[in-house]
Amino acid sequence: MCGIAGVIHRGKAVGVGQEMTAMLQSLKHRGPDSTGFAVYGVSKPDEYVMRLKLAEAEDFDTDYNILDKIRDRQALVDNRLAELGAKTIEVEQPTPYAFRYRLQFSGDTKQLATDLEHIDGGEVLSFGHSLELIKDLGDATVVSEQYGLDDFKGTHGIGHTRMATESDVDIRSAHPYWAYPYNDISVVHNGQITNYWIMRREMERLGHRFMSDCDSELLAVYTANNLEQGATLEDSLKSSIKEIDGVFTYIVATNKELGMAKDTMAAKPMVLYESDDLVALASEEVAIRAIVPREIDTSDPYDEEVRVWQR
Amino acid sequence: MATLTQSAPTDQERRAHEMGMHQEQLTGRTQQVFFDIDLNEPHHGFSLPDSFDVDFNKRGEIDASNMEATQVNSRIREMMSEGYGSIVLKNPAAKHSMAVGILNRLNLIVEGSLGYFGCGLIDGPNIRINGRVGWSCGENMMSGTILIEKNAGSQFGAAIRGGDLVCKGDVGSRTGIDMKGGNIIVGGDTGSFTGFMMQRGRMVICGNAGKNLGDSMYDGTIYLGGEPKSLGVDAVWADMTDLDREWLGKKLTKYDVMPKGGIDSFRKIVAGKQLWNYDNLEPTEKKLVL
Repeated sequence: MCGIAGVIHRGKAVGVGQEMTAMLQSLKHRGPDSTGFAVYGVSKPDEYVMRLKLAEAEDFDTDYNILDKIRDRQALVDNRLAELGAKTIEVEQPTPYAFRYRLQFSGDTKQLATDLEHIDGGEVLSFGHSLELIKDLGDATVVSEQYGLDDFKGTHGIGHTRMATESDVDIRSAHPYWAYPYNDISVVHNGQITNYWIMRREMERLGHRFMSDCDSELLAVYTANNLEQGATLEDSLKSSIKEIDGVFTYIVATNKELGMAKDTMAAKPMVLYESDDLVALASEEVAIRAIVPREIDTSDPYDEEVRVWQR
Repeated sequence: MATLTQSAPTDQERRAHEMGMHQEQLTGRTQQVFFDIDLNEPHHGFSLPDSFDVDFNKRGEIDASNMEATQVNSRIREMMSEGYGSIVLKNPAAKHSMAVGILNRLNLIVEGSLGYFGCGLIDGPNIRINGRVGWSCGENMMSGTILIEKNAGSQFGAAIRGGDLVCKGDVGSRTGIDMKGGNIIVGGDTGSFTGFMMQRGRMVICGNAGKNLGDSMYDGTIYLGGEPKSLGVDAVWADMTDLDREWLGKKLTKYDVMPKGGIDSFRKIVAGKQLWNYDNLEPTEKKLVL
């Protein structure tokens, strides 16, 4: 059991960081192991934001020299960025292992991400013009405070509270997943994918990379592959219902859209609220109530249902 | 296919039919108690040994804004012990597991929406919910009435054994899964696997149903006003009778729900009993029948 949530505002940027924190905190009982956010700020076409981690939180329990290693790894990151022609505008370090880079870059972003992930302990969590992907161990308030999400303004976001069942309790296996190497695309998932290894091998044969053994990562890679083939988000969501086995409900966000899909068994919950200026969806209605406290009409999407909303 | 006599039913047949038990002959009382306050019966036979003597004219309120579900449930019980027979629950904010385990006659009005497992394990109260309910509303309900004005989530009325569970809007998947009695009435549509492994009781769906309607049902009856995406394994169409129409008219008028085409639009689905291997009655029923 995990909790997923998403919110999209039509035509305006608001405190979406605060909203996602409130929604995910109310879903804490569905998964206390880790919390993740993919929030979309105001897009700057001439600038990229990259979220990167250079170690796992657990490394601090096992490696006495981890701080020195992270410092060395960051120097390598800076070197490689310079070699690839990326201009660093600003670097922030909200935790000892997590970094936020603002960059100007006109080269191949896949190459950039791949080069950085060759650095020991390196994982690019997100890359894009508006996406910022944050995930860490602990509940929503802890992670939000750690990464200063309360001040984040944006149009939409998705998030996840994780109860680890199929893989470890670590940041690597936490959601959301970035749809590497596609800018600004992220995925959160609640469920179990039963043809994970078959699909993973198929994706790997096509040249995609996996950073974890978490079945949810497959949905991000699968989405990226479909978009690479020219599919729309809606096409990808629809085809996933036929091609992915198991019980699942998942949400995908792009820089301008939010979409959801529910499997053929409708075994994983989702509650939906739609109004003229706001769409909110979550595993439980309590999460929606956390940002829309007045009495509202909500509904459950049915099995095999796919929905996409624009910001 | 169910076998119903076409002539005027005897009391015995009517009772068996109302329970969705079309073949077993029943005598005496069973574990199921049809508590229906509108029938004006002087006494419903409903007297659990530890039930509170409440006065329906004594009315109180609970504001759930800053209360946990357990506190709300304890407060309901406390008020019943003080003789309150009508309670209004305000600001429930879709919290889970509220109004559960009420084993008493009570008029409960919920002003707002409930989360998961709302009104589960109840035996006796009449509950009206002005908002919506999440998954597993009315699970294991034994008797009483739950009336929901808006939509409901999945597993609506799972394993219900008695009473009327009514949703005026749409409900999710697996509605009435494993139901063993009582009536589930849906004013709108239902999702897939509605009536999955249903054993007894009746389900009325005024709108459309998702795929696999009545899959693996053992017994019981489903009335459908709209169209199913598909019927499930061993669910078969059956003929509507005058008794069916009479019962539907009575129930749906009472709860003010009706398909667009009226009573005549209903069709009936029962167990084909090709997979049927459920021939044991409840222990109390078996004793009475034997």
